[in-house]
Amino acid sequence: MSVFLKLTLTELKITFREPVYIFFTLLFPVLLIAILGNVPTMQETPPELGGLRLIDVYAGLALGLAIGIIGLQGLPSVLATYRERGILRRLATTPVRPGLLLGAQLAMNLLTVLVSAVLVYTVANLAFDVPIPESPLLLLVAILLNCSGAFAVGLLLAAVAPSGKTANAIGTFLFFPLMFLAGLWVPRELMPELLRRLGDFTPFAAGQDLMTDALAGQSPAFLSITVLIGYLVICGAAAVKFFRWE
Amino acid sequence: MTVIEVRNLAKRYGETVAVRDVSFSVEPGEIFGILGPNGAGKTTTVECISGLRTPDSGAITVLGHRAGDKALRSRVGVQLQESELQDKLTVREALELYSSFYPNPADWRGLVGDLGLTAKVKTRYGKLSGGQKQRLSIALALLGNPEIAILDELTTGLDPQARRDTWDLISGIRDRGVTLLLVTHFMEEAERLCDRIAVIDKGEVVALDTPGGLVQRAGDEQRIRFRPSVDFADELLTELPEVRELRRQGSRIEVVGSGNLLHAVISVLARDGIVAAELTLEQASLDDAFVHLTRGE
Ligand SMILES: Nc1ncnc2c1ncn2[C@@H]1O[C@H](COP(=O)(O)OP(=O)(O)OP(=O)(O)O)[C@@H](O)[C@H]1O
Ligand SMILES: [Mg+2]
Repeated sequence: MSVFLKLTLTELKITFREPVYIFFTLLFPVLLIAILGNVPTMQETPPELGGLRLIDVYAGLALGLAIGIIGLQGLPSVLATYRERGILRRLATTPVRPGLLLGAQLAMNLLTVLVSAVLVYTVANLAFDVPIPESPLLLLVAILLNCSGAFAVGLLLAAVAPSGKTANAIGTFLFFPLMFLAGLWVPRELMPELLRRLGDFTPFAAGQDLMTDALAGQSPAFLSITVLIGYLVICGAAAVKFFRWE
Repeated sequence: MTVIEVRNLAKRYGETVAVRDVSFSVEPGEIFGILGPNGAGKTTTVECISGLRTPDSGAITVLGHRAGDKALRSRVGVQLQESELQDKLTVREALELYSSFYPNPADWRGLVGDLGLTAKVKTRYGKLSGGQKQRLSIALALLGNPEIAILDELTTGLDPQARRDTWDLISGIRDRGVTLLLVTHFMEEAERLCDRIAVIDKGEVVALDTPGGLVQRAGDEQRIRFRPSVDFADELLTELPEVRELRRQGSRIEVVGSGNLLHAVISVLARDGIVAAELTLEQASLDDAFVHLTRGE
């Protein structure tokens, strides 16, 4: 077994010993869909949604919530803690490079998001007739891009935050406005023009647009792709440049 | 061939000079100790040797490579002074994971047995006691079958039994031809294990010698304490050429001197029919040498 695979499996194993993590990444999104699906207004089809029901849009948002929690809270505080506790330094004394543990964390979280996606869309489809996207590949690309934006921001937070606690605080501070702009409280399509425009340039909103596009069977919005790749490249490069290993 | 060669190492953190000028070399199969007060620069020195820090100036060669060379990572095992693991990781998972990093890992079960951790292999790191964490840390440093093991504060936090077990383990590892660089605060440990010791103070090597050699530098001062059966005048003993000083602490007497001090004192007391009860003799130790060498001015 390659060292990377072994590291990823180990991270997966110890992360899943964390009940809070399982709850927020796997259970909470499904729970949210189950609750919202039973709210009558969620069946409405506002004209702005181009034929989709509110609940259809919220399937993507529920998954986006898990991605946001991982990107802004899980990833930065775990990595900052690994640094704080000297785990990265200990790795630096072995033939393995500490960067590989960062990679394993990313892979582990991506895996979790994919499992969560299967759970969310299965429940949404079976219980509330949310359509399965015509092209699952587009949905997968949407999820991957959504994750790359979120995880790149998380990496940058981990890189610059002096401690796990601070990383957590900054993450929480960013979480609510970004989730708001992504449409968690009012779907983006129903927002005033200004807020929607503002959201276009934030990672979770761009990610949510791609999820909706995939669900509606539209080709993905060029702006959203550009914005997310921009976050990936800029935050990713900054994280690599500024990452402190101790 | 020297295994580790440190020449004029200097390292500062911002304004703080951690290492001013340190040079020494370690021979193959040797146990080399580094002693020194808190903040002397010991950890900084071994971290530079381990390749974790880049020196500001000076040269470090390890097994013929420049310190930090990636060829060294599988040949040098390092136990850092402050380094933890993930709380939810079990001892066994940690050992299996770290074994997979090395081309030629040691049998971790054997190591765990030698370190008295066998009963804890299923325990999560977060649930280990401080001493058990320390033992795991030693095991991880030795896991790759290294040619050199660098151990920073080897037995800090271990109980006396675990400390002795660890010394046995270290001696066994040395017998296999591994070169060891130890940072320690325990004189007994340094005296027992180390072939040579560098004493570092304020970022400089103030002495480099065998443990016996260091003790000699502290002089051959001896100290006798006892409780006499009957009181006597100080002059009885202070007139002896071997005695330098006599102090009274309540009913106890402390005599400081050198040469054949014990024999001289006992002979005089016996002649006058005085019995010395609760008698103890202290000779200059590495402790004294250490204090002598690193006494702040
Ligand atoms: N990362 C760091 N940043 C800034 N200063 C540091 C850092 N590490 C050590 N120092 C300073 O450098 C000096 C030497 O520290 P070092 O850790 O090498 O000492 P030491 O001999 O290992 O001490 P101890 O016996 O307490 O472990 C100290 O004054 C310490 O405060
Ligand atoms: Mg130290």
